[in-house]
Amino acid sequence: MNLFLLSWKYIKDKPLNTFLNVLLMGLGIAIILVLLILNSQLEENLSKNKRGIDLVVGAKGSPLQLILANVYHIDFPTGNIKLDEAKALTRNRQVKSAIPLALGDNYQGFRIVGTNHDYVKLYEGALSEGALWKYNLECTIGPNVAMQLGLKVGDVFFGAHGLSDTDLDHDEASYKVVGILEPSNTALDNLILTNIESIWQVHDHTEEEGEKEADHDHQPVLGSAYETGMPEGGPDAEITSMLIQFRSAMGAVTMPRMINSNTNMQAASPAFETQRLFSLMGIGVNMIKSFAYIIIVIAGLSIFISLYNALKDRKYDLAIMRSLGASKSKLFVHVIFEGIIITTIGGVLGFILGHGLVEFLTGLYEKSDAIGISGMVLVKGEFYVFLISVGIGVLASILPAFNAYRTDISKVLAQE
Amino acid sequence: MITIENLNFGYSEKRILSISHMEIKEKQHLMILGKSGSGKTTLLHILGGLLKPAQGKVLIDDTDLYGLSGTEMDKYRGQNIGLVFQKAHLISALTVKDNLLLAQYFSGTTQDKQRIKEVLDTLNLGEKLNSKVRQLSQGEQQRVTIARALLNKPRLVLADEPTASLDDDNANSVIQLLKEQAENHNASLIIATHDQRVKAAFDLQLNLDEQ
Repeated sequence: MNLFLLSWKYIKDKPLNTFLNVLLMGLGIAIILVLLILNSQLEENLSKNKRGIDLVVGAKGSPLQLILANVYHIDFPTGNIKLDEAKALTRNRQVKSAIPLALGDNYQGFRIVGTNHDYVKLYEGALSEGALWKYNLECTIGPNVAMQLGLKVGDVFFGAHGLSDTDLDHDEASYKVVGILEPSNTALDNLILTNIESIWQVHDHTEEEGEKEADHDHQPVLGSAYETGMPEGGPDAEITSMLIQFRSAMGAVTMPRMINSNTNMQAASPAFETQRLFSLMGIGVNMIKSFAYIIIVIAGLSIFISLYNALKDRKYDLAIMRSLGASKSKLFVHVIFEGIIITTIGGVLGFILGHGLVEFLTGLYEKSDAIGISGMVLVKGEFYVFLISVGIGVLASILPAFNAYRTDISKVLAQE
Repeated sequence: MITIENLNFGYSEKRILSISHMEIKEKQHLMILGKSGSGKTTLLHILGGLLKPAQGKVLIDDTDLYGLSGTEMDKYRGQNIGLVFQKAHLISALTVKDNLLLAQYFSGTTQDKQRIKEVLDTLNLGEKLNSKVRQLSQGEQQRVTIARALLNKPRLVLADEPTASLDDDNANSVIQLLKEQAENHNASLIIATHDQRVKAAFDLQLNLDEQ
């Protein structure tokens, strides 16, 4: 027998009461953890994916949509821009580098992105197998694509038009997997990367020339385009967007205004748009968070009330313990233990519930992989939540414990 | 063995009792008699180290009970004084065994399950070792408190109205049991009671009504 065991046995003696308190505590902690896990992973992944991109240039529309579609690959693109116009922009002195993107097709729900090797370098992507694409209709795929679809180097597949997997197949031209990337926890993990010309070729299947070029595979004219720079295309050629890095901070001041007012294109800053997104979400997140804290406070109050009431019935128990040789401070600790045990179990329950819920939800929602959210990770801040739960236990039991400390043995025992 | 010197204690504001000198020798038993409200529980609590008297000394062997610090006294009480009350105050959240283990734990003696079994056996409670307190009858509970009082082989056993809620047969057997057990453990027994039925059982008596 020891104090901890004694407190535990008292708790076990009132299972319903304990259950209620633990459940309240667990729910509060779980909600906070869910928010914490989602928020921190979302923030981490969003900032990871936007690094190195100062500006996204694409078709006019919602700037947030432009960012979501071209940086995070979760929304639909706003439309296309003329290749020539995009090329003209790259000649601006402020532009340090520009990576073209062509979206529009998918394979089994994974986006096929036409771009160049700079895009892989932007995210410091490394190959785990094979090589990066060079010839048209070759592709290098992200690790999630390879794993979920079971694709290996050398496999061949037909892309489908559109960005969701229900659309019509392009059964005229097939892609060939030449490499698989290492996991990088960025957008790359879920993409199928190829040349921009591949995308054009699949779409312009009526043009005999395109088909022929595919047979040649190597295109000396576009020799440098798969590595860096803009591809060469006809006057009607289009791309979806361009990711721009500025030479200096001045670019951030002058470029967006110039693009938005002088061209048919739109420029949006990932930093600004994600911040806007977070401030929009923040209101909701904060409300749910306050709600969770209210639940935790109620849990603490409920523990306080049950301990306080229980101690009224238990004053004889406490006096007897004193008469058996327990010191005042032992009784104090005994009651504090009870509070801490309940809130700690609540905290552990909340931990399991919170992580379980996130894992469950990510399983239900197929896009969660693309955003890179999982319930099976520890995020910073969780330790503080655990401290809070222990703290609530101490706080809820301190007054009852003090009452226990003050028990007047003689008075209580004489009252019988 | 127990010496009381110049003891003054107020039971209520009107009533102040004083005992100038009293001695209880080893293996001697004392019965404190008195109507309810006469202050016998208070005296018992003073002897048990539960209540500091207004004035005076209580010596058990050579230990000045109220010269000890709070924690020292708690420990001394746990190890040397066994208490039995009118109602069987057991911890109902625990089993019989755990109640007794608790007595060993709080007194700071080693937790000895063999000893617990032994004491329970002498009180015919051996089978109830793992029963919850709530499952015991009133009489069984009272016997468990006696077991608890004797568990740590105390020098002194104090019983406050142990027979008040018992019928005649049980009252006598509880008194006999207490006496017998105290003698087995070489402990002095002091009983405070207003129960006329058990008056004859003790030679040494202190009547607070006559003070």
